Amino acid sequence: MKKKIATVSLAGCFGCHMSILDIDERILDLLKVAEFDKTPVNDLKKFTQRCDIGLIEGGCCNEENVHTLQEFRKNCDLLVAVGACAIMGGLPVMRNAIMNSEDPLRECLEEAYLNSSSVYNADNDIPNDPALPLILDKVYTCPEVVKIDYQIPGCPPSGDILWRTLIALINGVPADLPYGLIRYD
Amino acid sequence: MKTADICFHLKCDMEKSAKSVVASVCKKFDHDGIRIIDILREVQKRLGCINGDTMELLADELSSHRVEIEGLVSFYSFFSEEPKGNITIRLCDDIIDRFAGVKEIAGVFTDELGISMNETTADGIFSLEYTPCIGMSDQAPAALINDVVATNLTPRSARTLARNLKKNHDPSKLVKKRGDGNNAGRLINAMVRNNIRRKGEVLFADRISSGAGLRAALKRKPDEVIQDVRDSGLRGRGGAGFSTGLKWDLAARADAKERYVICNADEGEPGTFKDRVLLTERADLMFEGMTIAAYAIGSKKGILYLRAEYEYLLPYLESVLGKRRKAGRLGKNISGKKGFTFEIRIQLGAGAYICGEESSLISSCEGLRGEPKNRPPFPVEKGYLGHPTIVNNVETFCCAARILDKGAHWFSAIGTDESRGTKLLSIAGDCSKPGIYEMPFGMKVSDVLDMAGAEDPAIVQVGGASGEMIGRTAFNRRICFEDLPTGGSFMTFSSNRNVLSIVDYFLEFFIHESCGYCTPCRVGNVFLRERIQKVMNGFAEEADLEYLKDLSTTIMMTSRCGLGNTSPKPVVSSIAHFPIVYASLTRESTQGFQASFDIQSALAESRRIARRQSMIYDPVYGESSE
Repeated sequence: MKKKIATVSLAGCFGCHMSILDIDERILDLLKVAEFDKTPVNDLKKFTQRCDIGLIEGGCCNEENVHTLQEFRKNCDLLVAVGACAIMGGLPVMRNAIMNSEDPLRECLEEAYLNSSSVYNADNDIPNDPALPLILDKVYTCPEVVKIDYQIPGCPPSGDILWRTLIALINGVPADLPYGLIRYD
Repeated sequence: MKTADICFHLKCDMEKSAKSVVASVCKKFDHDGIRIIDILREVQKRLGCINGDTMELLADELSSHRVEIEGLVSFYSFFSEEPKGNITIRLCDDIIDRFAGVKEIAGVFTDELGISMNETTADGIFSLEYTPCIGMSDQAPAALINDVVATNLTPRSARTLARNLKKNHDPSKLVKKRGDGNNAGRLINAMVRNNIRRKGEVLFADRISSGAGLRAALKRKPDEVIQDVRDSGLRGRGGAGFSTGLKWDLAARADAKERYVICNADEGEPGTFKDRVLLTERADLMFEGMTIAAYAIGSKKGILYLRAEYEYLLPYLESVLGKRRKAGRLGKNISGKKGFTFEIRIQLGAGAYICGEESSLISSCEGLRGEPKNRPPFPVEKGYLGHPTIVNNVETFCCAARILDKGAHWFSAIGTDESRGTKLLSIAGDCSKPGIYEMPFGMKVSDVLDMAGAEDPAIVQVGGASGEMIGRTAFNRRICFEDLPTGGSFMTFSSNRNVLSIVDYFLEFFIHESCGYCTPCRVGNVFLRERIQKVMNGFAEEADLEYLKDLSTTIMMTSRCGLGNTSPKPVVSSIAHFPIVYASLTRESTQGFQASFDIQSALAESRRIARRQSMIYDPVYGESSE
């Protein structure tokens, strides 16, 4: 039976998903042993079946991220946090540094939509359409919200790392990740 | 004069005064960089702070660099860059004091002085702050007001005390009722009580003839003295329990011209106060032990490292040294022994727990930040200023003097196979008779508890913050190096105390006292505390306990010195001895979600700002709700 793989980008930049595409023609080999379920790669919006592996890019900055991550936890046997944002919050988590404020979240929104020198906002509005998911009080990393089975660091991790990781997970053996692949300085 | 002029002149005056103070203090200590802790102590006292300008002046005078001075000022908690009041009130924030109601006492002081904790009054007279254990756990809650100790505080006595201080601005007038023994003497003049509850035959024997140990030692050859100490089976009383004779032997054998004897009186382990009582009642015996050690290893100079919190003992200790000099027991040709010269100076600390660790203590004596040194080389090979150095606890030196007086076999006949002699316990907590107990090694915990009149004992912490926490099932264990070692601290807690709040306190203490040099200790203890608080808040699960154990092992194995090697012990031992407490607070999470993540509180602010409910998590809007 082919393994089922789901992927998602939460509060990330899709850079990690670019790395998924960076496995290049090996994707054909991958599809011999696995199939994609919910993922931006095939644009499937909902889970159609239980999956073996879920790859998570990005942390949680709003309620929709949390909801999606919880759905992934419910529907996947293994969850892999891929990249710096999923593991540690990455760039979005910088807003957690607004701490010495009476009202940190408001300060964050005002900086982003009103006060920052690069903002052009003729209406002087902070977006608040009912269809927009509510933003969280701060950015949460994936391991803070659900249990994560594996973490792959990197910004982004390369296609080679993802390839080796996926193959190892599919075959149920430890991943062979040479030092050169996982050093980032 | 215009205001600006006045300000200008005022500033000039202050600059001038800072300059003259720094110059005169540096002169007093011969511009000796090694004595910089003393220099900084005096500058702090006279100027109320050591700010950037003062640091520059000091650096100039001592041919040092500002960053070096700043490193010291920021390291020791008794130094301050911000101006402190003339009178600094330090409330002891130990766990024993917390349970004894130090928060209420703090409330009285903040109320009377009109400031919060860590603040200074506008007139620059009073500063109010918390400080870790000041060695008065048997008379908690206690406070240090400059160098005056106030004990057994109640809200009422604290209010009287604060009002007196406001009236006459003189801490020394606070001592109305003096303590017992030498505490009542003119030189100590403190309300501290010794609370010696049980006297043994070694340290608190009624008749100890002064000088007998030294006389006996000088009749023998140095290596015979060392052999005596080895034969007695004496092990270090600070807690680690290294063989004293072996330590002396190693230092004596090291190839060097100079050797040093250091006495560790930096009694900072929370709940330990036995050295305070020895320093009060057995100072002469301690100095005698140091002199014997000097004779044995061939040392000419000794240092007593006295913690800053015990500064009130300094005049008395200096007078004891003076008497010994007069009696020919210090100085040249001691007790008529040609060529045996030994002198002792007292080095005051400046508020740093880590300096109780021997290599940090040596760093501090050398005028450096109290950071541990790499080992090897061990201090017995390369210690103070690179010379072979022995560092022993106050109690160890007292024991050594007694051993030379009464003989190795007399001493080794007391105690257990691997722990010879008697041990001083400082017992505090929920018991009717807190204080000092001298008892032979090998006493059962339950017997100790009975003796101290422990009320409903449920948790016993043996060996201070870095010791072991045991529960009722382990009360038949024995106090000795083979089983439950302790440097002297023995805290008992009744069944209505929360195990985890005690563990949390100890971690808070270690986070504050870590010198920050190595990562496992600096960062690891913070992570331990976060996880312990997760347990306290009921968000933890089994896996968190595994994490705590794993991380504890890592910290203990990879830290640079004894602080990190032992700081996780309260965590590890409480998990081992109080499994039911932990089990009742942990739960299995559902669906692989983290119990500690609460979506409702994460959304609260957002709902308020957006003035709308969640489409996903608020059931009112419902369709896709959880």
